[in-house]
Amino acid sequence: MATKVNYPLAAGDKGLVEESTSRVSPTTALIAGWLVPGAGHLLLGKWIRAILLMASVVGMFAIGIALKGKLYSPNTGEPLDMLGFAGDLGSGLLYGLARLLGWGQAPVLVAIADYGTKFIVVAGLLNIVAAVDAHSLASGRKHS
Amino acid sequence: MTISHFSAVLLFSLFTSVVFGITQRAEPKMMVRFGALCFVLFVGGTIAASWVMWLIKH
Repeated sequence: MATKVNYPLAAGDKGLVEESTSRVSPTTALIAGWLVPGAGHLLLGKWIRAILLMASVVGMFAIGIALKGKLYSPNTGEPLDMLGFAGDLGSGLLYGLARLLGWGQAPVLVAIADYGTKFIVVAGLLNIVAAVDAHSLASGRKHS
Repeated sequence: MTISHFSAVLLFSLFTSVVFGITQRAEPKMMVRFGALCFVLFVGGTIAASWVMWLIKH
């Protein structure tokens, strides 16, 4: 949320400066948005955007798991696996939950399961984009 | 769960377009327009690429 406020600037200057008046710090919005999809926007009072973002990221992640996609693990030594792990990690707590429940551990044998793997990675990447957007809103860099 | 390849394209395009629309534009009207554009480009691009592959094969 951005409003115009008056500051005592140089003589003749009207002193109108745009400033963010959000009570949520940008770092909090970023981390909340990363851990729980849509939570950053929820903290900023953007309910509709939060619901749509959560539905999109969680939906994509869930479809990926349902298609028997693979969850990447750290320290496999393969560069492409490490990139996949970085993408998966973007889903925040969803990734931790899936690992705890043992989802996405079966070997990928069919094309549809490979699609599932891609769905999971892209869900994480989209969640990072959404979290950065929440950071921009909280810092005032994005005005609405 | 099993879905067709085209259903996978539609779902992927839908979710991705929603996130792109919300995050890459500031006004709600522009969000909807950009999201719709992304969806059309995703699906249209996939169909076009499919026809290119079919032509290469035949």
